[in-house]
Amino acid sequence: MTTAAQPNEISEKTDLLLHMYRRMVAIRQFEAQVNELYTRALMPGLAHLYIGEEAVAVGVCEALEQTDYITSTHRGHGHCLAKGASPDHMFAELLGKKAGYCKGKGGSMHIADPATGNLGANAIVCGSAGIATGAAFSARSLQNGRVAVCFFGEGALGQGVLYEVMNLAQLFKLPVIYVCENNLYSEYTHYSETTAGDILARATAFGLEAASVDGQDVRAVYAVAQRLVDRARRGDGPGFLVCNTYRYHGHHVGDINREYYRPKQEEQIWKTERDPIANFGKWLAEQKLADAASLDRVHSDLEAEMKKAVDFAVATPYPAVDEVGEDVYA
Amino acid sequence: MPDTTRAPADREITFAQAIREALAEEMRRDSTVFILGEDVAEAGTPFKVLAGLLEEFGKERVLDTPISEAGFTGLAVGAAMTGMRPVVDIMFGDFVTLTMDQMVNQAAKVHYMSGGKWRVPMVMRTTMGATRRSAAQHSQSLHAWFCHVPGLKVVLPSTPYDAKGLLKAAIRDENPVVFFEDKMMYKLKGPVPAEDYTVPLGVADVKRVGEDITLIATSSMVQVALGAAALLEEIGISAEVVDPRTMWPLDEKTLIDSAKKTSRVIVLDEGYERYGVTAELASVVATGAFYDLDAPVKRMGAMHVPIPFSPPLEDATVPTEQTVFEAARTMCGK
Ligand SMILES: Cc1ncc(C[n+]2csc(CCOP(=O)(O)OP(=O)(O)O)c2C)c(N)n1
Ligand SMILES: [Mg+2]
Repeated sequence: MTTAAQPNEISEKTDLLLHMYRRMVAIRQFEAQVNELYTRALMPGLAHLYIGEEAVAVGVCEALEQTDYITSTHRGHGHCLAKGASPDHMFAELLGKKAGYCKGKGGSMHIADPATGNLGANAIVCGSAGIATGAAFSARSLQNGRVAVCFFGEGALGQGVLYEVMNLAQLFKLPVIYVCENNLYSEYTHYSETTAGDILARATAFGLEAASVDGQDVRAVYAVAQRLVDRARRGDGPGFLVCNTYRYHGHHVGDINREYYRPKQEEQIWKTERDPIANFGKWLAEQKLADAASLDRVHSDLEAEMKKAVDFAVATPYPAVDEVGEDVYA
Repeated sequence: MPDTTRAPADREITFAQAIREALAEEMRRDSTVFILGEDVAEAGTPFKVLAGLLEEFGKERVLDTPISEAGFTGLAVGAAMTGMRPVVDIMFGDFVTLTMDQMVNQAAKVHYMSGGKWRVPMVMRTTMGATRRSAAQHSQSLHAWFCHVPGLKVVLPSTPYDAKGLLKAAIRDENPVVFFEDKMMYKLKGPVPAEDYTVPLGVADVKRVGEDITLIATSSMVQVALGAAALLEEIGISAEVVDPRTMWPLDEKTLIDSAKKTSRVIVLDEGYERYGVTAELASVVATGAFYDLDAPVKRMGAMHVPIPFSPPLEDATVPTEQTVFEAARTMCGK
């Protein structure tokens, strides 16, 4: 049941590959601005940066249609962008502004966007496993051909509800893919201290189609995600995908001094040897699908675009105080 | 939604039948309505409330689940967000504890957190009530937990008529609604019209008109209050019985108007008295009818103990016709 991903399985269309590159860079540039907003004390609260994990969200979401559903986590900006959200309304949400995706009521950890099938990010670890499973239930009942993806960090493997819904999903043959982003840490604890046994075996025990993949290789993630999504869409049941990845920054923007739980050396190795964007760029150049100058331009273009989006968010107004009581009930 | 509260009914059915009819009618009316829970299909629940629904609607719409309250409640939240109208069955109200994250952090929050973009039109049906000799984990009335959470609506029907009309309204509502059924009431009979009607959420009902004292009572306590009112009448005290029917939205005006009229109020509810819904209801009338009250508002709820098994002990934990009668008589100075 367990399958290693075959990067060559992908029908390598240049447009798609360049699009994925752009999306990954967009996430990185977006998050760089988030960090900047925090450092300049312009952002209320905290945020959890997705830098280092870009290939996971992009590889998976590229395997989805716009109408497919995703649920996301506290570390969710990458998922939103990968599913097609626009940075200006995201930044506005991060700043608590009326023009934000949730009118400022959700903030960094709760961005939701029906237009892109984003059921919302969740600040309860594993909080959206039920929701994603339910969206897949609707898709099956309404026969609309949609698929739901549930993103979660490996910390969520500790929550019992995950196993309840995987059991349900398999019993009901639901088109849902559980995507575990194993970035090795939940907050300040290494996953080996919290995770017994074999992660994939937890899913195969319920009969889910399970796979693990190098989460720093967007082509590999895309290929295996596509396979799981296709079979779910066909009605062959749920899937489970572990993406092995790494977050470059702290647990949140304020987690600066972290040597007590994570050696600098380890960070350095992931950043220099396994960076998903640099390695993908190198591969694109080797394949002569893009030259170095045009790839550089992607970075500078997106940096400028993100800065513009930040300017919009900074300038746009807060909600009126009397909106506080709105949207409690539909 | 037509409220035919006063419509004449030429037939009587039980509380359980009223629930079943409401579900069947809404499932016929709207193909997105479905039921899921433990032993809901062939068994029709241990209380047989859902008997016959599987035969009419099939396994796709009456789904037996594993014993995974959190999992299938979470599934219902997601299904509600994406085009379905789930009715979740939580066999015993005590088991809602397993669903709290799904209800409190997910269902109740989704609409607000998304700035009004996503909706969660789902119903959770569950039970409440002691005196079935079922001990501490099958006898609680935990509705106050949900009343405390913005984003949820909470319904406590007390008659077959209200049960049917309120459940139909709850299923048609765009919000997560928690619907509590008193287990002891399933066999209670009452008039229910055959034609389609709903009872809107947020409208209290005066179950008995009186002059001297108001008994505000919920769910199981409505019958207790009516029994006490009959005893009070024998000693010349005229008691009004007001049933809020829904804890949220709450029809404050009807409660306050009755309190102003009678000047004395006892609030009755089978949930725990401490920090329970009686406190909120008492506060509403104490504030709203302050200048018209002749006595402090009295609260009567479940004793602050786990519900015991032994019959004489269990019976001592909840208000009865007799204890309510005594309290009302004292309050009226007779
Ligand atoms: C139910 C719950 N428990 C604890 C927390 C506090 N918390 C927030 S993020 C986090 C770690 C999550 O780790 P993981 O799931 O691996 O995601 P990552 O941050 O690594 O992306 C914890 C414990 C929470 N938000 N929800
Ligand atoms: Mg982690």
